[in-house]
Amino acid sequence: MSIKESPEQTAPPGEAGTVAVRFKRRRRRFDYLPYLLLLPTTLFLAVFFAYPMIQSLVTAMQDSQGGFTFDNFNTMFKDVNFSDALRNTILFIVLMVPLQVVLALIMALVINTGLKGVGFFLYIWTVPLAISDLAAGIVWLAIFTERGYINSLLTQLGLIKLPISFLSYENPTWLFTAVIMAELWRATSIVMVILVAGLQVIPKAYSEAAEIFGASPWQRLRYVILPMLKPSLQVALILRTILAFQTFAVVIALAGRALPVLAGEAYNWYNGYRNVGVAAAYALLILVLSIVNTAVYLRLLQTKTAQMA
Amino acid sequence: MSVVEKVEEEKKELPSDPNAAKQSAFLNSRSMARFGLYLLAITLSVWIIVPLYLITVASFSTRIAITSRWPKDWFPNPVSTETLEFFLNSQGVLPSVVNSLIVGIITLVLSLVIGAPAGYAIARFIFTGRDSYKLLILTTRAFPIVILSIPLAVTFLNFGLYDTLFAVAIVHTALALPQTILVTSSIFVSVPVELEEAALTLGCHRMQAFTKIVLPMALPGLAAASIFAFVLSWNEVFAATILTVQNRTLPAQILSSLNNSTLPIKYAGGFVLIVPSLIFILIIRRYLLNMWGRVIK
Repeated sequence: MSIKESPEQTAPPGEAGTVAVRFKRRRRRFDYLPYLLLLPTTLFLAVFFAYPMIQSLVTAMQDSQGGFTFDNFNTMFKDVNFSDALRNTILFIVLMVPLQVVLALIMALVINTGLKGVGFFLYIWTVPLAISDLAAGIVWLAIFTERGYINSLLTQLGLIKLPISFLSYENPTWLFTAVIMAELWRATSIVMVILVAGLQVIPKAYSEAAEIFGASPWQRLRYVILPMLKPSLQVALILRTILAFQTFAVVIALAGRALPVLAGEAYNWYNGYRNVGVAAAYALLILVLSIVNTAVYLRLLQTKTAQMA
Repeated sequence: MSVVEKVEEEKKELPSDPNAAKQSAFLNSRSMARFGLYLLAITLSVWIIVPLYLITVASFSTRIAITSRWPKDWFPNPVSTETLEFFLNSQGVLPSVVNSLIVGIITLVLSLVIGAPAGYAIARFIFTGRDSYKLLILTTRAFPIVILSIPLAVTFLNFGLYDTLFAVAIVHTALALPQTILVTSSIFVSVPVELEEAALTLGCHRMQAFTKIVLPMALPGLAAASIFAFVLSWNEVFAATILTVQNRTLPAQILSSLNNSTLPIKYAGGFVLIVPSLIFILIIRRYLLNMWGRVIK
């Protein structure tokens, strides 16, 4: 009976809450196995990720003959919809992300109380994870449209005589509200799941100790739980904002072209005007904004934790 | 007096719990808080469920009911599959459903085949670069991958892959990979390494130990990870619309015909889009919170 290798067990501290026991590899020969296992993903991500990023730069700088040009960026910046798209996208993020994080936090805290029936609520609150943004847009279209359920309800209650046109281009505020509502409904679960996981890791001892010392629930939340939740909050914020920069199908479903957003404009230039260059310029813009935004989040939340320490 | 009687007497003489009076008042505010909490939870749940109910009602109403009846029914009257049938028989819809299925399955297989080994490596081995690799994966998640489908369209055109289901599946796999790696790594962590060890000391090769011991135990989790990838692919809109012209997936088909669709078609489209994902997610909800490396019972 030959034994190919004898694993030595080591138990380094794994992620909090799990003891990750791993094989410590013999150092006799260069250990290729883990790297071999990682190779497919690394290759795949390099090809279909790093390469397109470069390609987007190249395409954005190309004109139809393949020569170098800034024209695409010019066209993009001067486009009549550009400033609206930029403003709408940023406004959307600024309004929606904080709302969503607060709502997700409330939901996560409710789940964390461990009351009876909390599992059932979690079950329901994670349902929107299955829903695509296009479907969410259609669902809320059914609610907000002129012949939709809100107007129907208001008419039945006798509060209005004629249906309100929530989703017309003359009503940009309501258009915006509808989009925010739909995204709030759909995407809060994404943030909530991250926060629930993060809350689970916080040892109850801290909160209980604070309680013994007379801290009110609000104080406990603010000074004990939230600081310890910072890593999860950071991850949730970054993820959600990146996704929000790409908001597309919800807007199209609810507002058509009445509400320009960056991703929508990229799509229009690609599909409608058949101009890959300008579309790539928009793509590049979204990419750059996302990176800057992530850096800002990292910086912002990093400094605070240092202050807390 | 016997001991028992002595104890009884002493009991009677104990001062009454000074907190007792406080406690019932405290209990009051406590149960009020609890009531408030339940009320909040129920309100949120209703908010989530009602729109889904409404789209279901709309999808099972007749077309006339959707476009003309006013005020709207809160329950279909009559219950009818007319709208759904009309949608499914619309041009291009059924093929797009099939396409979505195919893309979803390819994504599922690819992300598992590529991602699970990485998950295993992270779960079981310590090696230099492990932390940087994990960071890299998380960073990938924080990138607007979908936007990259625009430059990828150019690349695919050059390689003759444009407007193929395979191209869409590739982008979807890129989207699903970070999630697959993280989930599979926590799945493998949860399989006790002692069992693998035991198999190795009994003469198995590493590969045998994996297939005979780890795989059977990890299978439910791996199935869940692959279903996540499928749902992600099924729902994805942007890349699918950019990368396909003739071979549209369902979301791409619905999106590109939104301008020409009547309300009943839109509603039915939304419904057909939601139902499969919903069913799948409900099956694997146990693993939902595994995505971030924790397990919730």
